[in-house]
Amino acid sequence: MTNDAVLHTEGLTRRFGGLVANNNIAIQIHRGQLHAVLGPNGAGKSTMINLLSGDLRPSTGHIFFDGQDISGFSADRRSRMGIGRSYQKTNIFPTFTVFENCRLAAQSREPHPARIFSNALSYRTVCEAAERAIELAGLAHRAQRHANTLSHGEQRQLEVAMVLATSPNVLLLDEPLAGMGAEESARMVELLQRITPDHGILLVEHDMDAVFAVAKVVTVMVNGEVLESGSPEQIRGSAQVQVAYLGAEDEHHG
Amino acid sequence: MDIGTFLIQLLNSVQYGLLLFLIASGLTLIFGIMGIINLAHGSFYMVGAYMAFSLSSLTGNLFVAIVLGIVLSVLLGLFLEWALFTKLYQRDHLQQVLLTYGLILVFEELRSILVGNDVHSVAIPAVLNYSVKLSETLSYPVYRLFISAVCVVLAVALYYVIQKTRLGMIIRAGSANREMVQSLGFNINLLYRLVFALGVGLAAFAGMIAAPVSSVYPGMGTQVLIICFVVVVIGGIGSVWGALVAALLIGLTDTFGKVMFPQWAGAGIYILMAAILLWRPEGLFRRI
Amino acid sequence: MNRASDVGEPVLGAAAPAETRLLRREVVLPLFALVLLAFVPIVGSAFYTEVVTRVMILAIFALSLDLLVGYTGLVSFGHAAFFGIGAYAYALLSPKNEAASLWLTLPAAIGAAAIAAALVGVFVLRTRGIYFIMVTLAFAQMFYFVFHDTDFGRGSDGITVNFKPDLKLGDITLIDLGNSNQFFYFVLAMLVAAFLFLRTVLASPLGRALHGIKVNEHRMLSLGYHVFGYKLASFTIAGTLAGFAGYLSAVQSGFANPEILSWHQSGNVLLMIILGGTGTLYGAIGGAFVFALLEQVFEALTVHWQLLLGLTIILLVLFLPGGLSEFVARVIRKPVREHADDE
Repeated sequence: MTNDAVLHTEGLTRRFGGLVANNNIAIQIHRGQLHAVLGPNGAGKSTMINLLSGDLRPSTGHIFFDGQDISGFSADRRSRMGIGRSYQKTNIFPTFTVFENCRLAAQSREPHPARIFSNALSYRTVCEAAERAIELAGLAHRAQRHANTLSHGEQRQLEVAMVLATSPNVLLLDEPLAGMGAEESARMVELLQRITPDHGILLVEHDMDAVFAVAKVVTVMVNGEVLESGSPEQIRGSAQVQVAYLGAEDEHHG
Repeated sequence: MDIGTFLIQLLNSVQYGLLLFLIASGLTLIFGIMGIINLAHGSFYMVGAYMAFSLSSLTGNLFVAIVLGIVLSVLLGLFLEWALFTKLYQRDHLQQVLLTYGLILVFEELRSILVGNDVHSVAIPAVLNYSVKLSETLSYPVYRLFISAVCVVLAVALYYVIQKTRLGMIIRAGSANREMVQSLGFNINLLYRLVFALGVGLAAFAGMIAAPVSSVYPGMGTQVLIICFVVVVIGGIGSVWGALVAALLIGLTDTFGKVMFPQWAGAGIYILMAAILLWRPEGLFRRI
Repeated sequence: MNRASDVGEPVLGAAAPAETRLLRREVVLPLFALVLLAFVPIVGSAFYTEVVTRVMILAIFALSLDLLVGYTGLVSFGHAAFFGIGAYAYALLSPKNEAASLWLTLPAAIGAAAIAAALVGVFVLRTRGIYFIMVTLAFAQMFYFVFHDTDFGRGSDGITVNFKPDLKLGDITLIDLGNSNQFFYFVLAMLVAAFLFLRTVLASPLGRALHGIKVNEHRMLSLGYHVFGYKLASFTIAGTLAGFAGYLSAVQSGFANPEILSWHQSGNVLLMIILGGTGTLYGAIGGAFVFALLEQVFEALTVHWQLLLGLTIILLVLFLPGGLSEFVARVIRKPVREHADDE
């Protein structure tokens, strides 16, 4: 196991009762590299992201961040260390504006809870980080809108913008393109390409074209296990993957 | 404390604990299945006790009063569920708290208007009004043993319903999952109404059989309510067996606390609760 | 719940006419209400001055609970505990035969409430939802029994204080708290101060984070917030402010007894903020006044006024769940903009 990965796992396993949702997963995320995870529904992709982000605890196995074992760390602590995640099911502050959603995200980096007599809007670096994230995600024209008045695709963009606003080193993105229109998707793919050099990214996504356009490494999961991992070309050419997943891929797009 | 006093206190605490269990089991089922926090649950206990008082002075027989009281309280439960609680399922806890708080005020004032604010006692039925000898100098009233026995019978019946019937299957699955309930062929609205009426009936019944030993007084409902909250918190929400264990634990703490640290007895059960919260914030038992 | 929660955020960009409306609502109306209140001792009888003083103290109490319920999403049913602790701290520290110093007793009362709130918070904040409601109620009941049963609290009669505290600087009496008019203005100033304090806190990074926790606690965790710490801060600030209200209450009435921390008191203050509408601060103050008004009207009608109160509550929940502020908003601005629920 090489340890130059910014985030990697060893023997990561999670059981729910008798069901093994993740079995002995070893995965590595390197800085400057986008690592995509493919797999049919129920393959355990979201479980893996939840394990990496701390929303779930592993049954056995370990997670390392910059060489440190973080398996027992809480979700908020991991976030503070620089692991940011987005959710498959939009998880925003619906009654706040887009700006406030991202400002709150950025505020987590310099929280100042004891300064109860200062105005939250007076922290310029926080506001700037929020604006930058909104700009990157292509929501600048919506900044003052309440999040619950956005279209579904825009809410997905906001979901990613909030992660960006926390200035993470590693991004765990759970199907960021789901529900986006063609134009929005294209912009998101472009965004991913733009931010990849400075980040380690784990991308769970169903959109094959997008995945093969941006990923440097692709891992295919089936039934909670890693079926194969390699370059996009290797995965495309793999007979095993063809049989297990790509051949049956149409079924999963209904 | 000599062995005889100890034995008497032990019997008292078991009787008290079992009685709390009757009330708390309904409370915890209503929480667990319907997701409703019902502050007025203690009022049903009070209503039961006052029915025992009024109906037994009317009919001259506590047992007849109890039978009538059960029917009336179940009807009351069905009515309240239909008129008020159905409106609460989609609301947040704050609204549930408030509405049921309003209900307490209504019940207390109705009680004051109908029966007055005096403390009343209810006679122990003649057939049970004697004591058994525990030793040369100590005896124990049979009526208290009767209460414990009835509670045990009801606990066993509840166990049977929960473990062996389809209704119990739903209760064990323990949630308001519409699809699951309907796939088992149950009408969920009917299920809610039955569970609620069962809870009301149990609480009122507890009030009725407790009336001869505890007497009947204003505010008895809320006092027991808060203790039942502690039972549910310790036992785990929705867990009937948790409620049983916690109720007995509280019976012991309260009864022996009163003997040993009279000044701190009132606070004792809350201190117990605090300790358990530190250890297991979700309560002792997760489900059923 | 709480459809008006995002109203108090002028930053969140509104069109120009909305800004004047905001100005009217945020500045003109409150100032008008303040001036009206200031006239009470001049125009009204001594009796009404004292009644309004009492209501303003309750309004401070309600404001403190609104921080928890309206802005942090924590429904506490035991808030009276801290009110009572503030009151008892004052009563216990006041000497029998002379006036206590406000400089000594007030910080002590506030400190006692703060410590109690922080300690209780560590326990109750381990729970959530229904558990939280029950556990806060149970803890308040524990304090009730501590004061009711032990020698320390002098039983169910409580403690009577014979003298109002001195508010002196050197030998000069700044405010004579025994004078009901001066006390009135003192409490009015404290109400304004409490309101401004909470507004400031709510606009601070802490306040924004608390609001985030109310709307979406899970996301706050995954954004890296130490949610427990934030909730504890909120619980402690709210408890401290409640203790301050309790202190004022005991100063006014001259006693502290277990009833002031009974669960009725917790229920009533919860009712106040819901009457006014949670998460608006103004609503908490308005709710306290409406509650007092209801109480006066119902008491004048019948000795069984609690029956009317109970029925009012039930009808309120069934037909006006957003409280009066929502009702007013609905009447004033006909086309109400629909907000999705916070939860």
